[in-house]
Amino acid sequence: MSTRINRRDFIKIAGAGLGALAVSGGVGKVVYGLMKNGLSSEDMISRTSTYCEMCTFQCAGWAYTKNGMPWKITGNEADEHCYGRLCTKGTAGFGLYDDPDRLRTPLIRTSERGKQVFKEATWDEAFDYIASKLGEIKEKHGAESVAMFSHGSGGSWFKTLLKAYGTTSFVAPSYANCRGPREEAYMNTFGEAIDTPERTDMKNSRCIVLIGSHIGENTHSQQVNEFAEAVGKGATVIVADPRYSTAASKAQYWLPVKPGTDLALLLAWINVIITEELYDKDYVKRYTTGFDELKKAVKENTPEWAYPITTIKPEVIRDTAREMAKNAPATLIHPGRHNVWYGDDTQRVRAGAILNALLGSWGRKGGFYMPEKAEMPEYPVPEFPKNKKSYKDTDAGMNYPLANLAISSGVCDATVHSVIGGDAFYEGWFIYGSNILKAMPQKEKTIKALQDLSLVVVIDVLPTEITGWADVVLPDTSYLERYDDIRHSQGRTPQLALRSPAFEPRYNSKPAWWIAKELGKKMGLEKYFPWNDIEEYLDFKLKKAGSSLEEMKKIGVKNLERTTPLYIGKGENYKFPTDSGKIELYSKALKNFGFDPVPVFTKHEEPDSGYYRLLYGRSPSHSFARTINNPILSQLDPENEVWINPEVAKEWGIKSGQFIKLENQDNIISARVRAKVTERIRPDCVYMVHGFGSTQKKLKKAYGKGADDQELMTRVLVDPIMGGQGMHGNFVTFKV
Amino acid sequence: MKTENKKYAMVIDTKLCVGCGACVAACKTENNVPDGRSRVWVAEEVSGTFPDISMEIRSERCNHCSSAPCVDSCPTGASHYKKGTVNLVMVNENRCTGCKACMAACPYDARFTVPEGYVSKCTFCSHRIEKGDSPACMAVCPAKAIHFGDINNRESDVSRLLRSRKSKTLLPENGTEPNVYYLV
Repeated sequence: MSTRINRRDFIKIAGAGLGALAVSGGVGKVVYGLMKNGLSSEDMISRTSTYCEMCTFQCAGWAYTKNGMPWKITGNEADEHCYGRLCTKGTAGFGLYDDPDRLRTPLIRTSERGKQVFKEATWDEAFDYIASKLGEIKEKHGAESVAMFSHGSGGSWFKTLLKAYGTTSFVAPSYANCRGPREEAYMNTFGEAIDTPERTDMKNSRCIVLIGSHIGENTHSQQVNEFAEAVGKGATVIVADPRYSTAASKAQYWLPVKPGTDLALLLAWINVIITEELYDKDYVKRYTTGFDELKKAVKENTPEWAYPITTIKPEVIRDTAREMAKNAPATLIHPGRHNVWYGDDTQRVRAGAILNALLGSWGRKGGFYMPEKAEMPEYPVPEFPKNKKSYKDTDAGMNYPLANLAISSGVCDATVHSVIGGDAFYEGWFIYGSNILKAMPQKEKTIKALQDLSLVVVIDVLPTEITGWADVVLPDTSYLERYDDIRHSQGRTPQLALRSPAFEPRYNSKPAWWIAKELGKKMGLEKYFPWNDIEEYLDFKLKKAGSSLEEMKKIGVKNLERTTPLYIGKGENYKFPTDSGKIELYSKALKNFGFDPVPVFTKHEEPDSGYYRLLYGRSPSHSFARTINNPILSQLDPENEVWINPEVAKEWGIKSGQFIKLENQDNIISARVRAKVTERIRPDCVYMVHGFGSTQKKLKKAYGKGADDQELMTRVLVDPIMGGQGMHGNFVTFKV
Repeated sequence: MKTENKKYAMVIDTKLCVGCGACVAACKTENNVPDGRSRVWVAEEVSGTFPDISMEIRSERCNHCSSAPCVDSCPTGASHYKKGTVNLVMVNENRCTGCKACMAACPYDARFTVPEGYVSKCTFCSHRIEKGDSPACMAVCPAKAIHFGDINNRESDVSRLLRSRKSKTLLPENGTEPNVYYLV
């Protein structure tokens, strides 16, 4: 009996991926035509400063070439986004540059939208087409009727272009379809958002509480680095998740909470902290308002109350609450990132924010630090035209006044003519780096909007589902072939980071800055791009910020001095940027808008017998749909699987590895997808990684691999506070 | 003197490893590993039944065994110990005929053939350690779970870790004397 087979029976070998090994037998190509392990003395090595665009975390790194060919990308040691260690995706960044499926030249549509019939065009022809359409729209409907969906650094150049044209309707699915509830919850408690990179002081935490947040599978490098550092130093980890996540496997306490009841668990924790007087009395007295109202509101939310709701035993709730208090203020109730689950998401995240306030962890070592960012002056341009109307005047803009950013589905609603009447709010869309047919649920709604538009421009690196709906497709370069604006995100240290090109643009692709500037010329808006080339623009800004392009090319990342303390001093008279100047445990603002001033748990709909709640998350090898065609990453993780508890699998006769389909309560049936039968999930839900199941044939590695969870999300649970689209509202059954 | 030779070991902390696969990707780019092949892979081992379960995640690779069956079984001497080391197993691609005897002998499934026909596998990034750099998988690991060094040197990080923490190796019963240790 071979030991090898025995081992394979018991463990899942990931890495190369069994699928990838099976199909590649002997035909794999040599990646870059170089097979030598070592460097011979003739090898020419060079490196270029970049920051990553494989996700939006923008870790700074060095792109290395060997004899002019792509070699590897490594993290920049000075960078606090990654501490010199890029994640799986960032390491595989050359896969994007090298992807043979990339868009190669501008395309103009020649048949109906969605059919993907295009003719190749020159940049001039593409610009003429767009400029003329934009001229018509401006004349007939006003420039304000153009909106832009944007995701990623290059979007800023098109914002400049469109502001110059006369519109400010910019929308990112990363708000209402991702982290929006978190930002509003913290805004309405502490007066400040969490933002990116998260201001969590996790490396110093003594106790980390993760509510469904799966750090490790979510590989934002700084977060993984700091989580592991804290775990290594012996921090207590408490994970509430219906699934035994990677983080749960590092935890002292895994609370397999019933899906949809996290808020009840949080309220019970708050109840224990208050009842047992475990809160930071000085902090609460000095910095918060509404403690008495909070105490009254959570009086009934005892662990015994929460037990039948959450299935978490009262003694576990008490033990974990005491553990949090014991380590306070170095206790971090992690705010999570992707929070749009059940429609009460702002309130759920706010309950965590309140818990952080009671533990005194905001502004304290091991809790949340006070971030700073480098001051970055703008390159002077003429004043932009005034807008007669904006997104704020759409239905969504008016219905969600507490939303600080535009809601993607609201822009769709304001585009569909049949709903609004003859003159819809939006007539033209720019879509930069955002495959909105994968990033937003209810794609038929998005498609309806797409059909009603006079102009759809998509700027992207790869052909995706959304490029099929464009009138004009403009091929962006990968981030490795271009400059972008200076990164100066928030952090412990104010930092500058430079993205500069490691290669000339491939094919007939062009960098985003060039596309926006040249299109601006066609539209007579050249005065808004007054610099001759991007290097002049960057050097101007960098010199004002205390560096130069020359210096940044050499160092990649520049660390500047902080001007304020990292934490709030003990006993310091700190004024919070809220209406009251204090941390608002009880929110008058929410009350004034008709919302619960203290979070209240409401029961969510539950699946019928034979149905299971559909949960989703991420693979450490992918940034959702964005990377599934990457030639390197698709080897590591080629397709997703549906996680099913063994008891459930037995009932249905489902075996691990078998192809099944999922059907939701609205009779939508998924593509076929493999089952992963595992003890790592509750029996009342199933789980899959989001982003797979591509329907775009032009993505040769990703097409038809796995299933798309998004198409099963027909019951979107809207957050009444900020319009977030809760995507844990669907139940599925199996088609075996 | 044999003890003057280096005995290279990797010590991987399963308590920190999150199984993200950054080691897999970094190895592939650093060493230009062909498509569909991998020198490093991630194993997940789940024990127990819901909700009382535990999981060990391991970044696995060639164990650079002190008693390596691949070296013993190689008919041409292509698989060999690198000079100055007790255990750094290398493949001389010019001497390798692609007979795959080593692949059959390796109980860890650590070897594969490349399109040119010869056998390849992890070298502990020999070209990097020669210059005093760490192996690429260790350099990238966002959890800092991977350690590397000479266990013939009692003062090395790896020696210290093996003294202070409980560890195990894979398939020690095969008598290969593996040198990749897992802290548990």
